[in-house]
Amino acid sequence: MAIEVQDVTKRFGSFTALDEVSVRVPDGALMALLGPSGSGKSTLLRVIAGLETPDAGSVRIGGQELTDAPARTRGVGFVFQHYAPFKHMTVHDNVAFGLLVRKASKAQIDARVGELLELVRLDGLAKRYPSQLSGGQLQRMALARALAPEPQVLLLDEPFGALDVKVRAELREWLRRLHEEIHVTTIFVTHDQEEAMDVAGQIVVMNAGRIEQTGTPHELYEHPANEFVMSFVGPVNRLGDALLRPHDIQILRGGSDLYSEQSTVEALVRRVAHLGFEVRVELTLPDGRDVWAQVTRETAAELELAEGQILTARLPAPRVFAAA
Amino acid sequence: MSASDLAATAPSAAVTARRTGPRGGGRASAHPGAHAASARRLGLRFLALGYLLALLGAPVAMIFYRTFEHGLAPVWEAVTQPNAVHAFWLSIELVAIVVPLNTAFGIGMALAIERGRFRGRALLGLLLDMPFAISPVVVGLALVLVYGRTGWLGSWLTSNGMQVIFSIPGMVMATAFVSLPFVARETIPVLRELGTEAEQAAATLGASAWQTFRRVTLPAIRWGVVYGVVLTTARALGEFGAVSIVSGRLEGQTQTLPLYVQDRFENFDGTGAYAAAVVLALLAFATLLGMNLLAKRTKRDTVV
Repeated sequence: MAIEVQDVTKRFGSFTALDEVSVRVPDGALMALLGPSGSGKSTLLRVIAGLETPDAGSVRIGGQELTDAPARTRGVGFVFQHYAPFKHMTVHDNVAFGLLVRKASKAQIDARVGELLELVRLDGLAKRYPSQLSGGQLQRMALARALAPEPQVLLLDEPFGALDVKVRAELREWLRRLHEEIHVTTIFVTHDQEEAMDVAGQIVVMNAGRIEQTGTPHELYEHPANEFVMSFVGPVNRLGDALLRPHDIQILRGGSDLYSEQSTVEALVRRVAHLGFEVRVELTLPDGRDVWAQVTRETAAELELAEGQILTARLPAPRVFAAA
Repeated sequence: MSASDLAATAPSAAVTARRTGPRGGGRASAHPGAHAASARRLGLRFLALGYLLALLGAPVAMIFYRTFEHGLAPVWEAVTQPNAVHAFWLSIELVAIVVPLNTAFGIGMALAIERGRFRGRALLGLLLDMPFAISPVVVGLALVLVYGRTGWLGSWLTSNGMQVIFSIPGMVMATAFVSLPFVARETIPVLRELGTEAEQAAATLGASAWQTFRRVTLPAIRWGVVYGVVLTTARALGEFGAVSIVSGRLEGQTQTLPLYVQDRFENFDGTGAYAAAVVLALLAFATLLGMNLLAKRTKRDTVV
């Protein structure tokens, strides 16, 4: 079901967590709320779930006005950052909880729990307690628990934040496929731009309680609305007011006198870092400013990059944003 | 760290020595100042044990010794006296009324103080500790002032045929007052540590406030509550001062077990006093033992 958030403001004392925020999430979308900590993304998620009451504005799910409805009537599945497991219950009972409080029959519960545990690949661990599970398993249990009552909307708060890198990548992939399978409208909160771009079809970039930009990963990267978005969704070099992406800097052999274009400038190689596929080249420009360029392994080998070398850098047309 | 530094920190080392066991001890004895430290540790251990013995061990042992020094027969005779039996059941009755009352109230207070969002929560916490601060005798007198025959509310109650002072209601009130804070005080820190996330998760899963409390909050705080119940029971069983005033100490009517012990003692009935005291002590042991057994069984059943 579609989610519509209209002009929502939420304050905690003198701190404004959300400042007239409006978002529309289409039915069946997989959307990321991306922003640094304190940007209000978790608060927005909690307002949608009914765990926080906004000071102003409205929340509608599936066209229904739910601004003042309690969390339990909203039909929202919520996955907490630290999973919030019911520690005294087995995995089975955790997942069964949402069905049990709806007074489903034991046969119904067992069938649905079995189905979900299979979906999240925890079948066989039904009798374990949360303390006996790994972080990734807890995460999947929390997801199965949230999905059990067949929510209209699934909300995930930093779902992969507490996991190690390898498990995180696996679960990312898996969440995307799960969404393709069950098509429930899903919003997840993250501060990791790569994660947002990898998983979500639509990204809402938030900063200081406001929405900076909404768009597909491609739109955000290629056409950032402002400096904040540009620097948050990918690496940047800052030259005065101008911003450029490190991979847009081209490195050419020899001194700049070989090239007639205006955009070329002489550059001194300060450091070369081999980071697997990409090579990070730190350069000093004639005016003393430092930039770094991202090149492929092949390019680095071809140019025989070494510290102290003088080369030519071709700078892309820099982006300058009007001061906010 | 020099030897004098080590000596200065020795008391805390002695405190942790029991817990860390041989590992902690091994580390200390590898150090040049280890002899002084281990002597200190031994000394402190004796001091602690001696303190416990003088305060608790010796008197309790003496009571048991005095009670059973002439065999079981006189003891049996003393505890089966009608007044003794009545006092025993009266004490049990008070506990049976007061403990459930204070458990429900204590959990409610703990939830209000820890989960509530209203002004004056700090004040509520302060009020909750009043029974710890006020002498039970004062509590008893205050109750008499309000509920006594000539009291503020008491005159109205009396004219309507209800007697509070010198009867069960007054004794329940006195006992409830003095044992009021235990459940809340034991439950509050557990609630705080639990946090609100699991409760919020239950809400998003469709649970009502009551379902959340019964299925999520209560099982998570049950050890705090159980410990509070044990303390409440012990306090209610042993209450003397407040009950002594509001009960009027009517033999065979409003005499609880502690009041009976004092009555026997004052009437030079040593055997009666000691025997009843032993029964009181055994009741307390049984409460503690019951909790320990419960704790062990639950630990085996669930891994939390």
